[in-house]
Order: sequence, then C-alpha cells, then structure tokens
Amino acid sequence: MSVQQGTAHRPWVDRLLTLNGWFVFGFLYLPILILVIYSFSDSRNVGDWGGFTLKWYDRMFNNPEMMNALGNSIKVAIVATLISTILGTMAGIALDRYRKWLGKQTFDVILYLPVIIPEVTMGAMLLIWFTQVLPINLSIWTIILGHIAFCTSFVAIVVRARLANLDGSLEEAAMDLYANRWTTFRRVTLPLIMPGVLGGALLALTLSLDDVIITEFVQGPGANLLPVYVFGLIRRQVTPEINAVSTLMLAISMALVFISLGFQAKSGMGRNKEE
Amino acid sequence: MKRILILIAVVAMLAAACSSDSDDETTTTAGSGTDETTTTVAMDDGGSDLDAAIAACAPGETDGDLNFYNWTEYIPYGSAAEDYEVTDLVAKFEEEYGVKIIQTFYEDNETMLAQIEAGGAPYDLIVPSDYMVSTMADPEVALLAAINKAAIPNLANVDPLFTGMPFDPSGDFSVPYQAGTSGLGFAYEYVDDTDGISWGLVFDPEMSEPYAGMITMLNDERETLGAALKYLGYSVNTTDQAQLDEATALLSDANDRIAAYDSAAFDDLLIAGESVVAHGWNGGFFGSFDEISTDDYDAYEDYGYAVPMEGGIIWVDMMAVPITAEHPCTAHTFINFILDAENGGELTNYTYYMSPNLAAHEYIYPEILEDPAIFPDEETMGNLEFIADVGDFSLNYADAFAQAKG
Repeated sequence: MSVQQGTAHRPWVDRLLTLNGWFVFGFLYLPILILVIYSFSDSRNVGDWGGFTLKWYDRMFNNPEMMNALGNSIKVAIVATLISTILGTMAGIALDRYRKWLGKQTFDVILYLPVIIPEVTMGAMLLIWFTQVLPINLSIWTIILGHIAFCTSFVAIVVRARLANLDGSLEEAAMDLYANRWTTFRRVTLPLIMPGVLGGALLALTLSLDDVIITEFVQGPGANLLPVYVFGLIRRQVTPEINAVSTLMLAISMALVFISLGFQAKSGMGRNKEE
Repeated sequence: MKRILILIAVVAMLAAACSSDSDDETTTTAGSGTDETTTTVAMDDGGSDLDAAIAACAPGETDGDLNFYNWTEYIPYGSAAEDYEVTDLVAKFEEEYGVKIIQTFYEDNETMLAQIEAGGAPYDLIVPSDYMVSTMADPEVALLAAINKAAIPNLANVDPLFTGMPFDPSGDFSVPYQAGTSGLGFAYEYVDDTDGISWGLVFDPEMSEPYAGMITMLNDERETLGAALKYLGYSVNTTDQAQLDEATALLSDANDRIAAYDSAAFDDLLIAGESVVAHGWNGGFFGSFDEISTDDYDAYEDYGYAVPMEGGIIWVDMMAVPITAEHPCTAHTFINFILDAENGGELTNYTYYMSPNLAAHEYIYPEILEDPAIFPDEETMGNLEFIADVGDFSLNYADAFAQAKG
C-alpha cells in the first residue's frame, strides 16, 4: 500500500518510468519489427525497401533443403520436449519430495550444470560422449539426445520452483482420504504443478528450436536443423530470404512465449488463491 | 588429440563425481575407459582398411551414397540452382551415377574438425579451408585419408597455381574446390583508385583520415593482422614477434578509425553506405554487388574490390576424404565430377569464386573470368600469400589481435 501512495504523489516518476519502459520496449523490439518488414521487401539487398513482395517466402518454402531442415527442427523439438519434460518433472519431484536419498546433493548440483556451462563445452562434451564413450554414430538421434540433455535441466528447475510453492497439506489430505500414492500424484500433485510442467515444456521446445552450437557438434549425416542452416546462409549471403526464415522462426517462438506466459499467469493466479 | 584428451578427462571427472554416489556409475566409468581404447583401435584398423579400399577405387566407381559435409549453399542444387540458372550439380551426379548425395552443412571449420576428430561422423567427403587441411593432415592426428590420384583422372585439369600449396605440398590429401582472395571493397564516390588501392586506406593516418569511422575490417586475427603485415612488407605467416608487434601497433593506431570488425556483413555495410572502405572476401562483395544490380543499375559503377598493391591473402577450400569415410570410391568419383571442365564451370558460375580448375575456364561466364578481382592477374597472384599453419605461434596472433582491438 505504501508504495502505491508514494508513486501517486509523484506522477512525474510514474511518467518517467513509463517512458523508460517504452524506450526499453522499443530498443528490444524495433530491430525485430524492421527485420519483419524487410522480409516483405522486393529488393535483394536487406537494407533497401523495394516494394511489397511475398517472393522470399515463396523461395523459402520452395527451398527443399531449408524445408527439410525446418521439418527436422520440428521433429527434434517435439521428441526432445516430450522426453525432457517427463525426465525433468520426475527429477524435480525427486529433488523436492524425497528429502534424503543417496546422491541427492550431487545430483542437485549436476542438474544445474547444463544451464551454467557454456554451450560450446556442452557440445564438445556430448560429442565425445557419443562418439568415444558410447560409441554411437552421429545422426538425428544424437541431436535429440543432446537437446534432451540440456532441456531436462530447465524443465526440472521450473517444476521445482512450482513444487516449492505447493501446499503439502493438500497431498496429505488426499492420502487421509485413502488415495494411494499414485492416485494422489495423478489427481492432486500433477494438476497442481501442471502450469510448471507445461511452462517447462514450452521452454524446452523454444530452446530446442533455437539451438545452434550444441546441434552443430552432434549433428550427423543429413540431419540439418534450421538454425544451423540459417547461420551458414548468413556466412555466405544475407538476403531477405533470411529475414523470411527469421520471421517464421520468430512467429513460432513468439507463439510459444505467449502460450508460456499464459500458463505462468495461470500459475501465478493459482498461487494467490492458495495463499 | 590434446583437445580430445582434455575433454575425456572432463567427462571422466563428471562421471567420477556421479559415481561417488552409486556403484552403477562406477561401472560406467570403467567401461568408458575400455570403450575408448577399443574405439581408437577400431579407428586405426578402419584407417588401413580405408587405405586399401581407396587404393582399389577405379575411376567412376561408386560404393554407396555420398555423405557430403559441405558449407551451406556452396554447390548449386534445387531452387538455388534454378535462381542462378546453373546446372543442379547434385541432381546431375545422382542421375549420372545412380547414387544419392546426403548433404549436411557446417558453417565453421573448427566444429567440423571436432566432429571428425571425435569419430562417429561417417562423412565421405569434406571441404576444409586451406589451413584446416594442414591441421587435419598432420601425421599426429592423421584425420585425412590419402587420395588415390589414379581414380581422379580430371586432376589433370587443376591449375598448376593450385598445386604444391604450403598446407598440402604433395597434394596427397586434398584437391582444390574453390578459391578466392581477401582485399578491400570500396565506394568510388569516396575512394579514387586510379593509382591503385593500398592498405594505406586503412593503416596510413593521413590517407585514411577522410574515411575515419567508415572503415570495417574482418573479425579474424590472421586476416586483419595479415593485412597490417602486408602493408609493412612482411609475410602474413611471420613468426617473428617483433614484426607481429609492429603490425599490432599499426592496427591499434588504426583502431579509432575502424567502425567495426565484421566478418559476416562487411559487404552489406558497404552497399548500405555504412562504410566506404571494407576489408572482406571477394565472393562476399560480388554477391552483394550483383544482388543490388538491376537492368537499369550497375552496382559495379559505384563499388569496387581490389587486392591492395602491397599484396593480400589467397584462400582455397579443398575437398578431402576424412578417415571416417564409408564410401571412399563415391567420394573419389565425386571429386572427379567436380574437376570436370563443364561441372567446374557451373560451380564457379554459381559461387562467383575463382576456379582452380583450368579446363573449366571455357565454361565460366566471361564477366567472371575476365574480372581481375575474381581471377587476379599474374602480378597480383605473385603478391598473394596462403595463410599457413604457424603452430603454437597462432596464440600470439590471437593475443595480438585482442590487444590491438583494445
């Protein structure tokens, strides 16, 4: 309450903050807006406006290798998300619900490692792991495994945060009413942490769709993913076709972010109700 | 090899960290050690098997689909080939020999090296840049299989200028694919080239004064320090610390006038008017000049590219068969296919790079062939240097570049 009163007496602070907010917003999104606009430009030079056209989108959709890469990206993202969401949720629950088990401490630290260590290190480590230690041939499956490896940590962290805010008495009440552990999990715990699980899954999906560095290390013959392909294109030539691809990827990512925000808002509301 | 060992150590340490908690993990760690040894042995066996297989390859023979690991859009195929109105070389090869080409793309020599070094990536043909060939052919790592020259009759088409190059003097491990130079792109409105183009446009305080803040240099220590070394009259491959220090001081002085170190968009910045003097690779400039040219507008009237008179750097991308190859005969047949006169011509008509294929010249568009900026004249050729592997001294280059950039 006191904060609200304070700002009410100083409207210029309010205005300044609003202005600052718009500046930050513009700083972040204007370049993206320009990129989107120029993807419709009828000029081969990315910096020149040459009238409206859809030809870059036409070219993009008619580029077989690019479409193949897009298909691969979606395939990898979906499989990696499904598996990492299940593994990450299980890890999150194991760390939060079971107070003491052998190796918990180590696991706790190791779980954060993929989030902290540089992607190059992670990529090189996975490469060595697949090819020298296991050893298996690189293919689209090693990309999927690599993506699962880092996505799992993100999911586990999000799920754990959700679990930490969960009122344990709800589960106790369910068990009091003779629900066994599985029924309690399925009917009480899982619905309560669902926003966290879905939020984590969307995060995993976005990360998987965007990843360049780890993918490049563990990609196998024929398994081209869109971000690596686009990165390679930029090395050769920046044409509005890149803008078109970026716009497409942006649209997918934005849609995912909005869905994820929706879940987070829902989870925030849920928390308030609980309190 | 050293890098691999360090990485294995890191992985082993992590595995060991886990294993303190459960016996299960300990077994994995022990297992991993043995597996690693077996892999190495298996790879060595594969090496000699591969050598035997390569020796038995006949011209035009195929032994399965080609796993081609190449730079993105570096060969005409699909809609890009249609766009440039050149032959789809991938489709043509597939049709002629009845095998498929599985294309995978990389955008960085070093990641490609890491993959080949680690094994498990069964690529049959790769396109490493010049310096990377010497790294990979180094007997200590031996990542490239020796080429069976008898299986590539079109080797006779290779320009003598592209034989005996410092990174593969015998030509036993690699065959040239495409080549080019780095130099300066500029806008005629601001830069007068009647007396020739000099690196002084960047490094001479007086000469470069009018362009202050409108110069970009490549974000690459060997290229950019190489330019400074050339301006000073030294070799781009010097291992003399005093010469390198001199070049570093020169670049450091020019730093205030340099707007950006950019290896990806140097051409776009030039045609967008953000820069008027730009250090970059010739293919990048020409691609952009062509793209903004229309029926009524010729960008070559406004922009130029030249290898400065003090000399510059020539690069060449090579085709090589890595030791992981499973279809080496198809790889040899493909190399021969690229070295064919007509196919080589179409390749250059698509990439706008210099063709190391002398026989291909008659199929290359005259405007490409006659452009001295793509196919330098003899005098310029004499001034060009390949970037050679300088061993551990490369760290000094990296340090010097970081220091010069401030």
